[in-house]
Amino acid sequence: MSANPEPTTHAVSAAEGAIARPARRAGRRHRPLTPFWRAVGAVAWKDLRAEMRSRELINSMVLFTFMTVMVFSLALELDKEARQTTVAGVLWVTIVFAGLIGLGRSLAAEKDRGSLDALLLTPIDRSALFFGKMIGNLLFVLVIALVLLALLTVLFNVTLLKPLLIVVMVLGTVGFTTAGTLLSSMSVHARAREAMLPIILMPVVLPVLISAVRASVAILEGLPRDDWFPWIQLLVVADAIFLAAGYGLFDYVVEE
Amino acid sequence: MSAAERTIEVRALTKTFGLNPVLRGLDLDVPRGEFLTLLGPNGSGKTTLLRILGALARPTSGTVRIGGWELPDEAEFVRAQLGVVSHLPLLYDTLTAEENLLFFARMYNLPREARRERVDTVLRRVGLARRARDVVATYSRGMQQRLAIARAILHDPAVLLLDEPYTGLDQDAAALLDELLREVAIGGRTVIMTTHDLRRGHALADRIAILSRGKIAFDAPCRDVNPDALPALYADTTGAATTR
Amino acid sequence: MTYSDSRTRLLRGLTIAAVVLFVIGLYLALFWVGPERQQGAAQRIFYVHLGSFLGSFIAFGAAVVAGIAYLRTRNPRWDTFGLANVEVGLGMAAITIVTGMTWARPIWNTWWTWDPRLTSVAIMWLAYAAYLMLRSGIEDPERRQRFAAVYGIIAFASVLFTIIIIRVRPDTIHPVVAGPTQADPTGSFEVAGRIRDTLFFNLFTFAVITVVLVWHRIRLENLIQHVMRRKLEVLSEL
Repeated sequence: MSANPEPTTHAVSAAEGAIARPARRAGRRHRPLTPFWRAVGAVAWKDLRAEMRSRELINSMVLFTFMTVMVFSLALELDKEARQTTVAGVLWVTIVFAGLIGLGRSLAAEKDRGSLDALLLTPIDRSALFFGKMIGNLLFVLVIALVLLALLTVLFNVTLLKPLLIVVMVLGTVGFTTAGTLLSSMSVHARAREAMLPIILMPVVLPVLISAVRASVAILEGLPRDDWFPWIQLLVVADAIFLAAGYGLFDYVVEE
Repeated sequence: MSAAERTIEVRALTKTFGLNPVLRGLDLDVPRGEFLTLLGPNGSGKTTLLRILGALARPTSGTVRIGGWELPDEAEFVRAQLGVVSHLPLLYDTLTAEENLLFFARMYNLPREARRERVDTVLRRVGLARRARDVVATYSRGMQQRLAIARAILHDPAVLLLDEPYTGLDQDAAALLDELLREVAIGGRTVIMTTHDLRRGHALADRIAILSRGKIAFDAPCRDVNPDALPALYADTTGAATTR
Repeated sequence: MTYSDSRTRLLRGLTIAAVVLFVIGLYLALFWVGPERQQGAAQRIFYVHLGSFLGSFIAFGAAVVAGIAYLRTRNPRWDTFGLANVEVGLGMAAITIVTGMTWARPIWNTWWTWDPRLTSVAIMWLAYAAYLMLRSGIEDPERRQRFAAVYGIIAFASVLFTIIIIRVRPDTIHPVVAGPTQADPTGSFEVAGRIRDTLFFNLFTFAVITVVLVWHRIRLENLIQHVMRRKLEVLSEL
């Protein structure tokens, strides 16, 4: 954003310029641009409000989550010994696939209704729009993650509600939804966009996914700090990279 | 026309999509308070021009200045004084009219204490005050378009861009929109409207321009143009004599 | 479509140099350097393995530069440069993976194992394959270039991952040539003497090959676009 609120170019002749400037300034209403975090809040609030009313997304995501867990438990024949090691994998794979549903729809809906244009027409920093959408997506995915934790705890009798695991969960979902929000804003313009999002998103977030799974397994098995802490460090680094990429690149994705 | 009077100033504007030039050196001046109707066949670059004026698309070359701010570098400042109505309603189906407008009031940074009052004012203005708490999905096409106008004038913009606002409206709704647009245009707003409806475009505007192959091919005040001769003039200018 | 003679001569010279370097590099790796003490002849593939990895690293790095430059200048030449680098990088990474598998069969007694380093390189390869998929899925050329630039930058995270993962998981069975070796990976060896000389020569060779291939790919792309433009011109004249 330009730090200088003055118009920079005056391609008019000197005589004209002398009259033009004050006149133009008088004719312009001075209204400060929308502050960054206010815009972020407005966008996220709007998404939550709309979702609370229709429950379209969250319902399909929760239902999908239930089904995936069932498929996994049947396919892997999760007996008592297998649970400790595989449950983290089941957890994260389910989060990722349920998350893909939400990410795919969130921006596709804005684009198809034309409301994305309406958002882009407001005098906000485009990065604020990115973070607003990202926070909305993040909250949906976190809801799914919490449902899953409870579900797996009950169904497989493995205690998943550990503080450390929640930390890993938040770090992992932040990385996933940040990259996902940025890349879904590109995939909505592609042919066969439902297929495009997983194709371009998965390789980028696999490092996050691997780190999250490894950290979760180590924590669930009660291994010493050295076995899970490096993975958490890696998660933090990955989150920072994706957040920076989203902040810096979203503007270029949405402006034609 | 001196610089002071021009609200919109476009010079040598080009826009190319890949190898396909859509705008080829377009010049356009619109003085403050003028209602300009922009006619032209599909593909002549009307929508592209409006998207560039709205800072949604970046010009390939040329300069665009709106209210003294330069695009694309000062896009945020330009957007603050623009209101846009398109053929899509640009609203959220699952929110009520009031929620939609309150959301956009926040996005346009209207002061907190003034927001609700302003929303009520524009809702009354477009005749939707009684349906304010209904979800937009239950609205008819005409009502959605009225709400879209309410959204566009919410922050009292100096410039209105209307991209085919009549698309999909029935007779009654279109007549209502006519009235509304006339009302909205009064009060010093600069308006650019694109339409395929020659007669309506002529009746509403102060000035008519015809866009053909990425350039302004015809440009005259409405009072100099006979509405009955407009279809023939349009066909001559755009070379679409056989189709119109 | 004409290029200046001096540039064409330079490219031709570089191409010949790359071929000569490659032949010498192979000679050094296959004959000049003695067989490694424990692994014998199998170790000789390592020079191509590491050389091609360096090539892909250079190419993917250049794609990031191309992406940033494109977004700043919107000059389509940067897009061509980025595309050329990603394609060459993909080829180089494929050589890295195939030579690695060929080596692993006799040394580790398996073609593939889900070792962190192998996994991370596979992910890197997939990320850049997705770059090409994304390009082919976007029709508007301007948007395709913009998105490709953005994705070219983001995909580099997967290259960083191949480097970082070794620090996080030192228990890889993959030999570590540079940097601290915490565990004692299967199949490691000392880089010194003739092995070191051969390695450096091959690294240099692959850097040159990468540059030459990218340059040729850029020319090919320019030619394709030139032909397309001519086609449009001819069609519009009809």
